[in-house]
Amino acid sequence: MSALGRVVRAGVGRRRVQTVVMTLTTMMAVTASVLAAGLLVTSQAPFDHAFAKQKGAHLTVQYDGSRVTAGQVAATAHVSGVTAAAGPFPVLSLRPHVGRNKSGMPLGDHLPPMTIVGRADPGGPVDDLDLTTGRWATGAGQVVLSDENAPFGIGDRMDFPDLPGGPSLTVVGLARSVGASAEAWVSPAELTALTAPGAVPAHQMLYRFAGAGTDAQITADRAAITAAVPPGSMTGAASYLKIRLAASRASATFVPFVITFGVLGLVMSILIIGVVVSGAVGAATRRIGVLKSLGFTPAQVVRAYVAQALIPATVGAVLGVISGNLLSIPVLSQAKSAYGTGGLTVAPWIDVAVPAVVLAAVAVTALVPALRAGRLRTVEAIAVGRTPRSGRGRAVRYLLGRLPLPRPVSLGLATPFARPARSATVAAAVAFGTIGITFGVGLALSLNAIQNGLNRRTPGTVVVSAFAFAPPAPGTDPATPLVKPAVKPAAIAAKISAQPGTRRYFSTGQTRVGVAGLAGRTTVIAYEGDSSWGSYQMVAGSWFHGRGQAVVPSGFLRTTGAHIGDTITLTEGGRSAPVRIVGEALDLREEGMVILTDDSSLTALRAPVLPESVEFAIDLKPGTDPRAYLDSLNAALRPLGITAATNSGRLSGTVVAMDTLAAMLTLMLLAVAGLGVLDTVVLDTRERVHDLGVLKALGMSPRQTVTMVITSVAGVGLLAGALGVPVGVALHDHVLPVMGDAAGTRFPAADIAVYDLPVLIPLVLGGLVIAAVGAFPPAGWAAHTRTATALRTE
Amino acid sequence: MTAIIEIRDVRKRYDEGPPALDGLNLQVRAGEALAVLGPSGSGKSTLLNMIAGLDKPSEGAVTVDGLRVDRLGEAALARYRRERIGMVFQFFNLLDDLTAEDNVLLPAQLAGVPRARARARAAELLDQLGIARHARAFPGRLSGGERQRVAVARALMNRPPLLLADEPTGALDSASAADVRELLVDLNRNGQTILLVTHDTALAASSATRTIELMDGRISRDVQTVTR
Ligand SMILES: Nc1ncnc2c1ncn2[C@@H]1O[C@H](COP(=O)(O)OP(=O)(O)O)[C@@H](O)[C@H]1O
Ligand SMILES: [Mg+2]
Repeated sequence: MSALGRVVRAGVGRRRVQTVVMTLTTMMAVTASVLAAGLLVTSQAPFDHAFAKQKGAHLTVQYDGSRVTAGQVAATAHVSGVTAAAGPFPVLSLRPHVGRNKSGMPLGDHLPPMTIVGRADPGGPVDDLDLTTGRWATGAGQVVLSDENAPFGIGDRMDFPDLPGGPSLTVVGLARSVGASAEAWVSPAELTALTAPGAVPAHQMLYRFAGAGTDAQITADRAAITAAVPPGSMTGAASYLKIRLAASRASATFVPFVITFGVLGLVMSILIIGVVVSGAVGAATRRIGVLKSLGFTPAQVVRAYVAQALIPATVGAVLGVISGNLLSIPVLSQAKSAYGTGGLTVAPWIDVAVPAVVLAAVAVTALVPALRAGRLRTVEAIAVGRTPRSGRGRAVRYLLGRLPLPRPVSLGLATPFARPARSATVAAAVAFGTIGITFGVGLALSLNAIQNGLNRRTPGTVVVSAFAFAPPAPGTDPATPLVKPAVKPAAIAAKISAQPGTRRYFSTGQTRVGVAGLAGRTTVIAYEGDSSWGSYQMVAGSWFHGRGQAVVPSGFLRTTGAHIGDTITLTEGGRSAPVRIVGEALDLREEGMVILTDDSSLTALRAPVLPESVEFAIDLKPGTDPRAYLDSLNAALRPLGITAATNSGRLSGTVVAMDTLAAMLTLMLLAVAGLGVLDTVVLDTRERVHDLGVLKALGMSPRQTVTMVITSVAGVGLLAGALGVPVGVALHDHVLPVMGDAAGTRFPAADIAVYDLPVLIPLVLGGLVIAAVGAFPPAGWAAHTRTATALRTE
Repeated sequence: MTAIIEIRDVRKRYDEGPPALDGLNLQVRAGEALAVLGPSGSGKSTLLNMIAGLDKPSEGAVTVDGLRVDRLGEAALARYRRERIGMVFQFFNLLDDLTAEDNVLLPAQLAGVPRARARARAAELLDQLGIARHARAFPGRLSGGERQRVAVARALMNRPPLLLADEPTGALDSASAADVRELLVDLNRNGQTILLVTHDTALAASSATRTIELMDGRISRDVQTVTR
C-alpha cells in the first residue's frame, strides 16, 4: 500500500466519529433525495406512466351475452386498428350485501351494484392489473376488489342471499386497474356460480388501438368494432380518455405540493452535506500540517482528504439508495392513491443519478477546505488547534457574558458566532425544514377544512333518498335508464314531519335545463323548504333566499365568465326564468357546472325535478338519539320501500392520501433537519472537546454541559423558526389556490386562513424543537466524555 | 492533624500496558505543599486525575476532604471540583475566546455565585496576582507566565481547600517559571494546601514542604523537606 493510501485508511479508521457522521449524513441526504426525485419524476404525467405500464385499455366494451357469442366477441380482436385485446371476460352486475367483516360495515346492508368480472389471470396483453395487496382470486368463494374506494378489506365477506344457495365471497386481494375495468374480479368458474338461473352474463372486451389520442379517434375505433358485431349487441363502451381527464385533474392538484416538498428535501440535503463535509475535512487541518511537514506534497494531501471524505460518503450513498427505495414503497403508494393511478416506482436512473450527484457534491465540498489546508503554511497548520482560533465571535461572547444568564446558557448562545458560516448554513437547513413543516401542517388543516366544506353539500343528521342511489356501473352506458319507480316526495315529507325527533328538513331534487348562452343542458339542484341551515360552504356572496336567486360553484363562474350579481336565464321548452347569482359555493362535482336555487325559481319553466333524484336532509331536535330516530323513521318508511340513513361525513380517498403523503413528507423533512443538526453538533462537540474538558475540570456538571450544548443550537433553531414560518405560510397561501385552480375551483378564504395563533406558536418553536432534539444526543455524549481523555487531546 | 487527601491501595489500569498506578498509598495533611516527582510516564498525572475525580481508580479508595471521590457520580463530582479543588495545568487550559477576567469568573459562575460577589473576588485575585491590567485581554495576547497566573487565579476563585497543579512551569521560560514558583510558595505560606506534579526539581525544592517520587506507579521516595 502506498504511503498515501495508508494515510487515507488510517484517517478513516482513526477519526471514527467524523467517519460515522459523514456516512450518516450522506445516507440521509441520498435517502431524502431519492424520495424527492422519485416523487418529482412520478408527478410528471402519472396517469400516462401507469397506463403505459399496465397496458391500459383504450376502450372497455360490454356486449349483451344473449345476442352475441364469446367467439364473435373474440373475433373483434382482429378488427383493423386494434393492436391488442383481452377478453372476452364474463361480467355480472350484482348488488352484494355486507357480510362478516372487520371494516366496521353494518352486517346485511345492501350495497350499490358492483361490476364483477370473471378473470382467470390478472395479467394479459391489455389491462395488466396491479395486485396491490393479497393474492388473485383463483378458488371458489374468493374475490379481488378494486383498491379504489373498496368498501372492504382482506378477509371481509360479501353475501348474495338473493342468489340460489346464497353464495358468499371472501376478499382475498385488492387490485388496481388503471382503466377502472371492474369493481371486483372472481375466477370464471365463480362467475358462473354467481349467475342467476336463466340469466346470461355479459361479455367484457378490452381493446388497445393504434390511434387513441383523441375522442374522435376513439369514436372511430368504436365504430369499427360496432360494425363487426350484430347490431345492438354492444351495450356500453367506456373510453380511457374520461378517466385520464379525471386522473390528470387529481394529479395536477397534487403536483404543486409534492414539488414543494421535493425541492425542500433536495436543498436541505445539499446544505447539510456542505456543512458536514467541510466541517469534517476542516477539522483535519492540523493533521494535514503534520503530513506536509513529513514531506507530502499539497496535491497528495488534497487527494488524501478528498478520498477520506469519499469513502464514508460512498458507503452512505449505497445505504441511502437502499433506504430511499424502501421508504419509497409507502410514500409512492400514497402518491399512487392520490394520483388515482397505479404502478409508481422509483425510476432506475434516479438510483444512479442521485448518489452520483451527491458524491460529486461531497468531493467538491471536501475539495475546498482540503485545498485551503493544502495551501496553508505547514507551521500554521500544525499550530491550528493549539493557538487561539481566529477571534470571531469574541465580542458577542463578551457581551453575552455580561447578560444576567446562567453561564452555560451564555456560553452556548455564543457558540454559533465562532463559526458563522456553519451556523448560517445549519440555520438555513432548519429553516427549510420549518418551511416544510409549516406548509405541511397548513396543507393538512386546509384540506380538512375543504373536506368539511365539501361535506356540507349533504347536510343533516339523517338523509332519505327517494330512490336508492345506484351509480351507472363502469363499462356501461351512463345513459342507460334506471327503471324503478321513485316514491312521491310528498309522501316522504309526511312521514318525516310525523317523526317526533324531527327539528327541520328540506329536500333537493335535480333537473337539467338550458342556460341562455350555454350549449347543452346544465344540472339544477332545486331546494324545497328552508335550506338556510344546510347551505354549502360559500367562497363568496351568500346562500340564496327565495325565488329568483341562485348559487353556483366556482367552476360555473369560471366557465361562463359570470360574476356574483349577474342574472342568468334558465330555459326549458321555449319558457324562460331569470335567476340572479348571489353566491359562489364550494363544489367540485360536474366541474362545478351546477346551479343551486329554490324550486320556486323553476315554477315558470315547468321543469320538474327527476323523482328518483329527490333527497331529504333532516336535522334532529337536540337530544334526539340518531339511532333511535333512524329505527323509528325506517319503520315508518318501510311501506314505501325506501330507507333512511345516518349522514356519515364522507372522507375522500384523495384527501386521506394527500394528508398521509403530507405527513410522511413532513416527517422526512423533520428527520433531515434533525439529523443535520445532530451531525453538526457532533462535529462542533468534537472540535470543542478540549474546551469541554476544561469546563468540566472547573466543575461544569453534566446538566450544565447539556444545557450549554443545546443552547448552542437554540439561537439557530429560533432564527430558523422565525424565518421559516412566515415563508411556509406564504408558500401555503400561494400553493393552495394553485392546487384549487388545478381542481377547477376557488377555495373559501376561511379554508386557507388556517394559521391561528395556537398553530403558529408551536410552529415558530418548531425550529427550536428540531434543533434541541437534534442536539440532545451529542449533548449527552459531551456530558459524559471522560474529562481526563478530553484534556489529553492537545 | 487530619489528612485532607487519603489514598489507599489505589491501582489504575488502562486497557493496555502495565498499571499506571500500582497499589499506591498516600496521605496529605492540610497546609502541606506536596511535590510529586518522577520520570515521564511514571503515573503522576494519573494520580492527580484520581484526586481531581477526572478519572476513577480500578481499585482502592480516594478520600479528599472527607469525600470518597472514587464513589461520586458525575453531578456530585462536578460540585466537588467546583467547591473543593482548583486545578492548574501545564498548558494553562484557558478558554481562548474568553477574556482573562471571564476565565477567572468561570468557576464562580458555574457554582452560581451571585454576580457582584464573583466579580469582586475576581478583581481581588487578579490584583493579588498582579494581572489586573490584563483583565480584559484575551489569553492569546498574554505571555506564558501571565497566562499561568490567570489559570492560578481561576483555580483559586472558589477558595478551594486543595490546589492541584500538573507541571505548572512545564511550558514556561525560566523567568516566568521562577515567577510561578514564588506565587505557589506565597500561597502555601498563607495556608493553601497544594499538590504539585512536576519533574522540575528546582520547583520541588523551592516550593514544596514534602516531596514524593513515583516510579512505575509506586512511591519510591517520600521526603519531608520543610516544616512551615
Ligand atoms: N487515558 C489513558 N489511556 C491509556 N493509557 C494512559 C492514559 N493516561 C495515561 N496512560 C498511561 O499511563 C502511564 C502513566 O501516565 P501519566 O500518569 O500521564 O504519566 P506522567 O504524568 O507521570 O508522565 C503512561 O504509561 C501512560 O501512557
Ligand atoms: Mg503528566
